Amino acid sequence: MRVTVDRDRCAGSGMCALTAPEVFEQDGEGLGTAPDPSSWAEHAEAAAEAAGLCPVGAITVSTGH
Amino acid sequence: MSETIPTVAGMPAERAPGCPFSPPPELSRLAEESPIVRSVFTDGHEGYLVTGYALAREVLADNRRFSSRQELMHHPTIDFREQFGDEIPPGLAGDLTALDEPEHGRLRRMLTGRFTVRRMRMLTERIEEVTAVHLDLMAEQGPPVDLVTAFAQPIPTMLICELLGVPYDERDMFRGHVENVFGGDASMEERMASFSALGEYNAALVAAKRANPTDDLLSDLTDSEMTPEEHGGIATLLLAAGLDTTASMLALGVLALLERPEQAAIMRDDPEAVPGAVEELMRYLSIASPIPRVTLEEVELGGQVIPAGTTLMVAVNVANRDDARFADPGALDLRRHAAGHLAFGHGVHQCLGQQLARVEMRVAFPALLRRFPDLRLAGEAVTRASDASIHGLTSMPVAWGE
Repeated sequence: MRVTVDRDRCAGSGMCALTAPEVFEQDGEGLGTAPDPSSWAEHAEAAAEAAGLCPVGAITVSTGH
Repeated sequence: MSETIPTVAGMPAERAPGCPFSPPPELSRLAEESPIVRSVFTDGHEGYLVTGYALAREVLADNRRFSSRQELMHHPTIDFREQFGDEIPPGLAGDLTALDEPEHGRLRRMLTGRFTVRRMRMLTERIEEVTAVHLDLMAEQGPPVDLVTAFAQPIPTMLICELLGVPYDERDMFRGHVENVFGGDASMEERMASFSALGEYNAALVAAKRANPTDDLLSDLTDSEMTPEEHGGIATLLLAAGLDTTASMLALGVLALLERPEQAAIMRDDPEAVPGAVEELMRYLSIASPIPRVTLEEVELGGQVIPAGTTLMVAVNVANRDDARFADPGALDLRRHAAGHLAFGHGVHQCLGQQLARVEMRVAFPALLRRFPDLRLAGEAVTRASDASIHGLTSMPVAWGE
């Protein structure tokens, strides 16, 4: 599983850090990051919800192996 | 070939008497008929109203085809071309809401780091203190109290002033101007005059901060790449948005909860439910007026072929009551999963201050209901004029105790 945030698209709304704080945080510029791959699988559902709520569609959650 | 859809004149804004929470009934009726409606604007422009959730989200998400530049737009009920001719002025410097990329992103990125979830949560303790101070003042004053001026307005006002570094003791002056701009009761001349006065006030404030920085957000922006004009414009935008929107949510939200004691009990007694409850109040009340966009090219939307240069009004209030997205949408249900509502907008322009608003509401609603468990309406709550940019209350008498 892989979680990525497109920083060029990110608008810094914080929806990801609000929705799935275990997976996402905001950096100093307020842009979303998913810094800890070990958190992804356990919180896959929340990460997927955050991807759906992202106002600019900047988050990709892929479940391939 | 475009499908046949209803046509309406302008933008229905009149709310039903005694229904301060519901969108204008005509707009709701149109939304039931079609997710997109043709509208003949006052200046003759053939625009559209977007009323369905999915289409609203699609338009707001697509800033490449749907522009925010006001100089390209038509207003549904005001003929600005009568006043300005064909040269509608662009938004003022620093007005992010009227910019497209890359100009919008350039300015927004200087601000987003200041409004993160984490930074706003760090304000929780201060928000609790400010709330407690105002609840104490209410208790000292004794019932009846006007909840708008005693609670809903001062809490967000004090917090945004502290955050930005705007003198709180000058609040009556800028509050009055913000009320004129957003409230809907002022004439167009008064609105324009207040808008100018706010701009001048913030230009002077920002000039002072640039000369002698203090420990606050507006001073910190001095180090950014903003021009002084953009800096002043952003101060106006942040101050006005921070004052007025959360205040409206708090006042209308309390009114809605007082009418539904079983919902108020959830907000009062179940701390785990509070974050979700705030989202549902946001969805249910949807206080923002429709969001304008203008097509930059011919687009196909909801079965309509829409030419370039067409203004669309995205009615988030009815979109948030689309039963294709939210079951039983007319019911206030604080236990529902309301995430995904469009009350903060959607897309690159989604509300910059939303995380501050959330923390303020998460603190203030339960604190009020715990302090005054028998809080009740003690007269008539007066709503803003129907053409207010931000829906809300002008007064709301409340009482408690014997």
